[in-house]
Amino acid sequence: MSAIDTLVRRHGLTTCLLLPPLVFLAAFFVVPLIEVVRGSFFAPDLTFDHYARMASEPLYLRVVSITLKIALLTVLLCVLLGYAAAYLIATASPRARQLLMLCVIVPFFLSTLIRNYIWMAILQRSGLLNHALRDLGLITEPLALMYNQTGVVVVMVNMLLPFTIFPILSSLLAISPDLYHASSSLGAGPIRTFCRVTLPMSLPGVVAGALLVFIVSLGFFITPALVGGQKEMMISNLIDFHIRQVLNWPFAFALANVLLCGTLVLYFLYARSVEGRLPRTAFP
Amino acid sequence: MSAETAGATLEVAALTKTFGRHTVVNDVSFRLDGSRLLTLLGPSGSGKTTTMRRIAGFEEPSAGRVLVGGEDITRRPAHKRDIGVVFQQYALFPHLTVRRNVAYPLEMRRLPRREIERRVGEALALVRLEDFAERLPRQLSGGQQQRVALARAVVFKPRVLLMDEPLGALDKRLRETMQVEIRQLQQTLGITTLSVTHDQVEALVMSDLVAVMDGGMLQQIGTPRELYQRPANRFVADFLGASNILAGEIAADAAGRPSFRSTRGLVSPFDAGSRSVPDAGATALVVIRPEHVAIDPRPAAAAEGPGHPCVVSGVVYAGDVLWFRLRAEGGDEILAKTLAGADATECREGDRVVARWRREDCLLLPA
Repeated sequence: MSAIDTLVRRHGLTTCLLLPPLVFLAAFFVVPLIEVVRGSFFAPDLTFDHYARMASEPLYLRVVSITLKIALLTVLLCVLLGYAAAYLIATASPRARQLLMLCVIVPFFLSTLIRNYIWMAILQRSGLLNHALRDLGLITEPLALMYNQTGVVVVMVNMLLPFTIFPILSSLLAISPDLYHASSSLGAGPIRTFCRVTLPMSLPGVVAGALLVFIVSLGFFITPALVGGQKEMMISNLIDFHIRQVLNWPFAFALANVLLCGTLVLYFLYARSVEGRLPRTAFP
Repeated sequence: MSAETAGATLEVAALTKTFGRHTVVNDVSFRLDGSRLLTLLGPSGSGKTTTMRRIAGFEEPSAGRVLVGGEDITRRPAHKRDIGVVFQQYALFPHLTVRRNVAYPLEMRRLPRREIERRVGEALALVRLEDFAERLPRQLSGGQQQRVALARAVVFKPRVLLMDEPLGALDKRLRETMQVEIRQLQQTLGITTLSVTHDQVEALVMSDLVAVMDGGMLQQIGTPRELYQRPANRFVADFLGASNILAGEIAADAAGRPSFRSTRGLVSPFDAGSRSVPDAGATALVVIRPEHVAIDPRPAAAAEGPGHPCVVSGVVYAGDVLWFRLRAEGGDEILAKTLAGADATECREGDRVVARWRREDCLLLPA
């Protein structure tokens, strides 16, 4: 009898299968996380200076508010565009659906960095978009599409759109076609069927997608670094700045902790507010 | 809700539905008078559900017309047809309470709030679910969900009610109760109803009229009694109830009267019903219901007049009835059904008996 057999018999298969990933996460995620939290308070003695500094200097509050604004804008656009895309995919014929899904997935094959550079080529002053618009006679002066919030939001929406498309699509596909027939037999036209059946039943997917995009947006780094302006730094870029330029690690840790706590608080508030109000059927 | 509304007539004319080269519904026509219940009965793939979905307006027909109350609604979208539908899986809105589910069609018709409340209350009382109004569908049993679906489909007083395998998802006992309950409700409301099922007992118990479908075509339409007692063809005879179907030819008996002779030599007088008697020598099919086959177990019976000497080749005890498999002298297999307590109850496999049936119970079918 091998050691593994003994282990499985004593602790059950589930525990044994969970053990390796748990060990991995503990070693490479939990331990560094504890270090980050500790490092922001002890340098080497207990101090709250870093947090006090953040609260006292308006610059940091400004970065937080810009971060929130960009993240919320990204979520809003991702939900609107993602819903439309998911609806199109859900109502397409099976063959067209496969093709459309592929279109959503393909960008993931490209490195994020490359995609950002491509966007830079499109959005810059002498970029593709400005050229096209000028050739069409729509503008005379090139538009400022980059190094500002517009550029950051456009590119972030492009990066994060699949994160709303897939959960919304999965909750749309989970709705039984019979419900649409039932709704129409009861006297509801297509628009009212959408408002009364489709939308409420796909809400769990919308919520899941929005949450995912929001959390990822808060910590977005590459896009604001490449496409964003000097004055519109997001919190991740500020952390990067303090780690690599200023070499003030304890302060960077404090910033990271604020981001983490903020995200967690928002997540729990959100989870509380939607709890029990969403149909359980549509999205796991 | 009272029986104030005499239901509208439902007419289907030459309905045809093809998918590519495949004809799913082929030239189906029938007329259902107001307040009656018609059941479309057939095996899966017979086109009965497609026919129903056409009437509901969920699918476009390839050809043919649907009329309600004499009005052609063939091209009208489903939400303007005023036809209630009970779905096989009920299709209740999972995010709405029972009350909101039943109120849905009334809200769509923009009735005043008061009126909606009153009618939802009445509909829920009708299906005895007043106490469950605030529950969500998933908190109800299958039978209760079925009753909500029914309440929701009739609360707006539709001109026609359609039911797709309404009892298919319920267990046998509940199905039997609901058959009676739905029938009573339908008669109380006087609503013209079309039900679709593959369950022949359900069709016979619930319906004013039964239409048997197979291969996309209407095989026979009639009252349950007509269908069972006078099946129009082999498919109907076989599908409705158990049957002995024998193939053979027309012969003449000793007195010169036409008689049936099976390919294995069993000879029996027959009833041609409304059909003309074919000439001697013509191939023919007859059907004999098992409950019409009487078994005489006495050894001396064979000498006493007409009858078919047989050997019992199998017995199945089913509580209230017994099923016997009999082998006639020529080798014809005959199934007989006897109430428990009859003379034949004690027969065993291998016993010699005499099987008898009346002339009018041996029906001629088109060959």
